[in-house]
Amino acid sequence: MIRKIVHAGAALALSLGMAAASQAGVKQINGAGSTFAYPIFAKWAEAYHKATGVRLNYQSIGSGGGIKQIKKKTVDFGASDAPMKPEALEKHGMIQWPQVMGGVVPVVNLPGIQSGRLRLDGATLADIFLGKIRKWNDARIVALNPGLKLPGRRITVVHRSDGSGTTFIFTSYLSKVSPLWKQKVGVAKAVSWPSGVGGKGNEGVAAYVKRIKGGIGYVEYAYALQNKMTYTLLKNRAGNFVAPTSANFQAAAAGAEWGKARHYYLVLTDQPGDEAWPITGATFVIVHARADHPERTAAVLRFFDWAFHHGRKMADELDYVAMPDKVVEMVEKSWAGEIRAADGSPVWSQQEKE
Amino acid sequence: MSKEITTKRASSGFPLGDLLLIGSTRLAAVGVLLVLGAILVMLYRGALPALEKFGFWGFVSGSEWNPVTEVFGGLSPMVGTLVSSLIALVIGLPISFGIAIFITEMAPPWLKRPVGTAIELLAAIPSIIYGMWGLFVFAPFFADNIQPWLTDTLGELPVVGELFQGPPLGISVFTAGIILAIMIIPFISSVMRDVFETVPNELRESAFGLGSTTWEVVWNIVLPMTRAGVMGGVMLGLGRALGETMAVTFVIGNAHELHWALFEPGNSIASTIANEFTEADGEVYTAALIALGLLLFLITFIILALAKLMLVRMTKNEGQRS
Repeated sequence: MIRKIVHAGAALALSLGMAAASQAGVKQINGAGSTFAYPIFAKWAEAYHKATGVRLNYQSIGSGGGIKQIKKKTVDFGASDAPMKPEALEKHGMIQWPQVMGGVVPVVNLPGIQSGRLRLDGATLADIFLGKIRKWNDARIVALNPGLKLPGRRITVVHRSDGSGTTFIFTSYLSKVSPLWKQKVGVAKAVSWPSGVGGKGNEGVAAYVKRIKGGIGYVEYAYALQNKMTYTLLKNRAGNFVAPTSANFQAAAAGAEWGKARHYYLVLTDQPGDEAWPITGATFVIVHARADHPERTAAVLRFFDWAFHHGRKMADELDYVAMPDKVVEMVEKSWAGEIRAADGSPVWSQQEKE
Repeated sequence: MSKEITTKRASSGFPLGDLLLIGSTRLAAVGVLLVLGAILVMLYRGALPALEKFGFWGFVSGSEWNPVTEVFGGLSPMVGTLVSSLIALVIGLPISFGIAIFITEMAPPWLKRPVGTAIELLAAIPSIIYGMWGLFVFAPFFADNIQPWLTDTLGELPVVGELFQGPPLGISVFTAGIILAIMIIPFISSVMRDVFETVPNELRESAFGLGSTTWEVVWNIVLPMTRAGVMGGVMLGLGRALGETMAVTFVIGNAHELHWALFEPGNSIASTIANEFTEADGEVYTAALIALGLLLFLITFIILALAKLMLVRMTKNEGQRS
């Protein structure tokens, strides 16, 4: 009981201290973007509000919408599942960093085949989505799955009908493993799909895959897990068949060379590492490098700093993957180095940290 | 004498209340026109980057929709919109007509009200409910039971058989048309019922007195008298079908493809915009979506204008005959 009071007192003192630090007393920060990151942002926001009294108002309008809003400066930060190109960031004077990771998982509807039984590799997956492999008992799928009884059912491809960071991550993977995909379709949040039907949102794809026997689609990992969908194993760059698990997403991030990527422009698909899940992606947070309202930007950074250090368990609970310590350190160094107020003074300094 | 009074009034001004009424109604009427014009101008300006890049006809006739290479053509959503609405009308119109005739001409009085109310309640169901029902209930049922049967029977016919092919998904332009038909039936039938009821009973009774059958009364007396109203109801339904977004998005399949087969997934203008607008980055992409909106605006306008024209011609012929 006493401890609780002390705790509350400390939190109060902390929030008072923060209010004093930022003259305007930022009580609410506004963000918009990625729907994928919404559940974890909401959970962080709730805990952060309890701890500091600062609210987060986050509109999950989609990554593209988030980028539009931050460009227009109608929000304090944007969040996108696809990293912005370094040139585009520089043009608008913005910076980005990876905040949280997740994976994209192929899901299938094949009666009699359980989760994690069907094995696919990148080239086969690409040819399925290109419409070149049309039956589940195609010789190439059979060759990858000795001992698995595959039906002669028609394959129905299910993709996203709306533009989406999930699609960006998925097509980025297919482009890396299939030259034909790269040439014919390419990488984007919305592409010209060679075949199949489109569902709106993760839930739309999930609904179609559940409905259509012989269907194959791709959804966010958390979505596949919560809806108990049948996921497949994938062959990664190291040649191992891996399952989509938090540990394997982390393995993909650990192998990534963030230090070499300008503006953290790195897509975590097809990364090296024995256990690396090949379709891993991160949600990026975007802010203006030259802060019109330094106190608001500082409040945003404090929130994400808090999330980096105190939000790990919450991320795990919701089947997201926290960024490795090494990356967090790099990101906070970039904050200190690159974000400036109008008068040129840095917005973020190490003292800001608790 | 009375003429003098009105002119005098006009010159000396109306009482305040009348002035207010005239002013406010005029404002409302002109306001509608202004809003309409403003929408058109905004749509055109928004669509300009895409129209400049592809040309108006190039955009209308282009069937490729590729956000990666930024090549956009509106043909497949346009065809999807028109075809699904046409299917809706072909299915919905006879049924609505039957419902309206039944309620006004044949139903016993105790049944009229419940049936009429039930139809009106259908109109009050939000379109997303129709969409979800379509996806989770109707599409599986259609895919397992009706579609194979249609493919086996109508699909065997020469020429038209081509239309009834496609994978048994239940998610297709045809399904969208059926859902739309169910959605527009309440609109068309309640308008029809209301206009049929305006036909004076004396006319009906005299026709019956001359020995006409119910069908003859409906076809020769009721329908000719209410032609304009019936047409209005049909247009109202068609307008809803053309612009319907959510329900169609659920069942049409959202694929930018053109097929003769109606059982293949397709898309419509409204569903394409709803799907892609939030994530459309790049000037041309956004402009292409706005251009689709402009196209829908024009399609609706042209169809309404044609209907009006048809009506005018029909009444003209009517006058010559009698």
